[in-house]
Amino acid sequence: MTAFTGQTRQDEAELRSPAAPRPVLKERGQREVFCGLTGIVWLHRKIQDAFFLVVGSRTCAHLIQSAAGVMIFAEPRFATAIIDDRDLAGLADANDELDKVVDRLLSRRPDIRTLFLVGSCPSEVIKLDLSKAAQRLSKTHMPGVRVLNYSGSGIETTFTQGEDACLAALVPELPADDAPSLMVVGALADVVEDQFRRLFDAMGIERVDFLPPRESTKLPGVGPNTRFLLAQPFLAETARCLQERGARRIAAPFPLGVEGVTDWLWAAAQIFGVPRDRFDATVAPGRKRAQLALERHREALSGKSIFFFPDSQLEPPLARFLSRELGMKVIEVGTPFLHREHMAEELALLPEDALVSEGQDVENQLDRCRDAAPDMAVCGLGLANPLEAEGVTTKWSIELVFTPIQGFDQAGDLAELFTRPLDRRARLAV
Amino acid sequence: MQLTVWTYEGPPHVGAMRVATAMKGVHYVLHAPQGDTYADLLFTMIERRKERPPVTYTTFEARDLGGDTAELLKAAAFGAFERFQPDLMLVGASCTAELIQDDPGGVAKTLGLPVPVVPLELPSYQKKENWGAAETFYQLTRALCLSQAPKPGEAFERSERARPRCNLLGPTALGFRHRDDITELTKLLDRIGVDIHVVAPYDATAADIARLPDADFNVVMVPEIAGTAAKWLSRTFGQPATKTTPIGVGATRDFIAEVGELCGIDVSALLAEEASRLPWYSRSVDSTYLTGKRVYIFGDATHAIAAARIAAEEFGFTVVGLGTYSREQARDVRAAAERLGLTALITDDYLDVEAEIEALRPELVLGTQMERHIAKRLGVPCAVISAPVHVQDFPARYSPQMGFEGANVIFDTWVHPLMMGLEEHLLGMFREDFEFADGAAPSHLSHGGAAQAPVVEAAPVVLEAPANEDEAAPGWSSEAQDELKKIPFFVRGKARRNTEKFATERGLGTITLETLYDAKAHFGR
Ligand code: SF4
Repeated sequence: MTAFTGQTRQDEAELRSPAAPRPVLKERGQREVFCGLTGIVWLHRKIQDAFFLVVGSRTCAHLIQSAAGVMIFAEPRFATAIIDDRDLAGLADANDELDKVVDRLLSRRPDIRTLFLVGSCPSEVIKLDLSKAAQRLSKTHMPGVRVLNYSGSGIETTFTQGEDACLAALVPELPADDAPSLMVVGALADVVEDQFRRLFDAMGIERVDFLPPRESTKLPGVGPNTRFLLAQPFLAETARCLQERGARRIAAPFPLGVEGVTDWLWAAAQIFGVPRDRFDATVAPGRKRAQLALERHREALSGKSIFFFPDSQLEPPLARFLSRELGMKVIEVGTPFLHREHMAEELALLPEDALVSEGQDVENQLDRCRDAAPDMAVCGLGLANPLEAEGVTTKWSIELVFTPIQGFDQAGDLAELFTRPLDRRARLAV
Repeated sequence: MQLTVWTYEGPPHVGAMRVATAMKGVHYVLHAPQGDTYADLLFTMIERRKERPPVTYTTFEARDLGGDTAELLKAAAFGAFERFQPDLMLVGASCTAELIQDDPGGVAKTLGLPVPVVPLELPSYQKKENWGAAETFYQLTRALCLSQAPKPGEAFERSERARPRCNLLGPTALGFRHRDDITELTKLLDRIGVDIHVVAPYDATAADIARLPDADFNVVMVPEIAGTAAKWLSRTFGQPATKTTPIGVGATRDFIAEVGELCGIDVSALLAEEASRLPWYSRSVDSTYLTGKRVYIFGDATHAIAAARIAAEEFGFTVVGLGTYSREQARDVRAAAERLGLTALITDDYLDVEAEIEALRPELVLGTQMERHIAKRLGVPCAVISAPVHVQDFPARYSPQMGFEGANVIFDTWVHPLMMGLEEHLLGMFREDFEFADGAAPSHLSHGGAAQAPVVEAAPVVLEAPANEDEAAPGWSSEAQDELKKIPFFVRGKARRNTEKFATERGLGTITLETLYDAKAHFGR
């Protein structure tokens, strides 16, 4: 492919700033990433008594159902209030309409305790004030139902940032609490949550809360003695809001892979004064199981090269895991957004020669990927089959968000997500 | 504002994408935020296309909104042209860009590219996917053919040829079986004695579209998509268009007769052939069990109408409900429903369809991907007859819906979920036989102690969520319980449900043997 100059939003070569001594390629151009509405697909499974009502267009409704794909449930706890011509004619009308939709919805679903009004590009552009609407509707429906709002719009949020916006909307609702506690922030599969809880228990950390909670009515308390660990790398705004409430972030890499999980747990253990030997004794069985599970995958993955297209912001920790624990050669780590502070520990562990890129110009990036001819590309659903057709083995990135991959006992599963596409290629003789 | 759980159609720009993606050498520049790029996966994942759709998105962000977003659109258009070198460009906006009013049409005009640039205005807050595809196809056709239009009063000059020629209009990317229907119709028309001039938009180039007027007539393969363009071609170039969609044996025969008449060809020999196996399979004795099965039909207008006729006339079913999400073609569906003594359900609200199916309790649902889910939840057999569909409805094998082979495919597809049919009779006859007793394992499994495993019985039960958990279900007397066990396992769930519903409605605390048979009489047709 020849060098391409037509695009106006050119790559800006980037500068070494003291905070991030690693060069980062910043790109602006066509992005090929979902918007924040997508987070609803996993958030509605996690918070079992919450409903997500997108206020948007038919496009928004179509996006969520397409992203949810085969994971269609009999009656999902999400829906879209589709704005139409009549609503665009006058805003007062749109608010009345929204009230009607919410009434219909809540009467159908008496089990709902929290309703999130989720803003979209259209609702933002027409300046429909959903925070006002949420206050108004809360007044009507409290105490049965709390109504909150956040934006998952594509003009403001990229994919996993939708979860960030949702959790940030929960923070002001958390009761004030001065007791010392550890808060684990970011949606995790229940099974992973339970594993972590058992580990913290065994270390003697008494109060451990998770945000989001499984039930929206059981919100954890927060205060100046709350220390929080991010379980997910895309929670910039949530962290900021928690800090405003006095909580302090525990800097750590993310809990992926043996090393990531150990360091993540140790960062908390240190803060809570857990002695090293007790910590070691607690994590030893898990570490051993994980190491054993990774053994087999190392054989398959070691020396293979990998190229990440930006998607979930999980890319840097994943690349770190794959390179340090499985011996993969990382060519490019694309991420839609790089939070230099939250990602500092991860960046430090990434191999020197891996190119970190932030933002996207999908055409340029595809050219780089073709040039590099990696053994595997991690990309979104729109790119996967076309890349396979070109001969590049791919792993869909969305699965990395939907699958339990954090923690010692999921390290093997995480590695397997990468070995399976290669294994498949190797088996096929057609 | 409409509460929407699932949507049957995407927004109109997805319709435009279906046209652009179907064609060769066309590129679509879409003014849209990043999330709208999800639409690519419809083509690459659901249809398993090997190439990305030929679409460049501007992916503007909130921080761009203060500035010159129209400039962004222009830059994207230039960039896309340079990279992809298309023969034709489409320029348009998605729902969000429509609100910021950057006037893609105006921008398109100022680009000064050396290829035709067709602006698309697709009102996202009024219209939907099929309309968007129809409008796009019409705008393309108009842009590429208008210059050839004859002067008023004059006729369009067509080139000489041995056999009459037609265009096949309407098949697009992501269409339900469009790929195979093209092949089937091409074969059928060839047998009638008609050549295909252009298929569009599927695999067509801009140059092919410009050749459309040179055909003798148009076959409107997909009325939802080709209707507008076919009407314009008929008005402008005096090109007649077919009115019958050849889905089902009867409709295929009507189509052959219509084409014969249009071209002055004698088709009586072809009509006399029994070219499909459906008529005989339906008449054969084993199909007796199909008689009067209660079916519910919902889909796009064309497929719903076709399915209703096939169900009633070619399977001997009783159609208990008929509906469509195609508001543009609502009139035709209403008429078809009236012929069956029904009132059509015209809605794009999934909840309405769900409620109707629940109320009618059909024995077979013929619908879209959405009805498949409703049916699954209710434990009713279902076959898919219309878009929207999922990846499994793009089969590897040849499986058209149109023409005589299409009728064969339809016979198999609809009968398959009912396959218990013949066995149903046998099981009914032998229900007292030890082989069919509860504990008996299927004959292909090894005999022995494991035969007591409740696996067989568990299956249908899992499918049914209790209708309403907080209502106390009436209790079963042991006698009634024993009788229930004698009912074959695959209908037992339904019997249990119906009886409980019957008892609850009548405020009966206990279900006796009497209640069981009263309920059977009540629900029996
Ligand atoms: S990008 Fe905006 S308009 Fe598109 S689906 Fe997401 S929120 Fe809706």
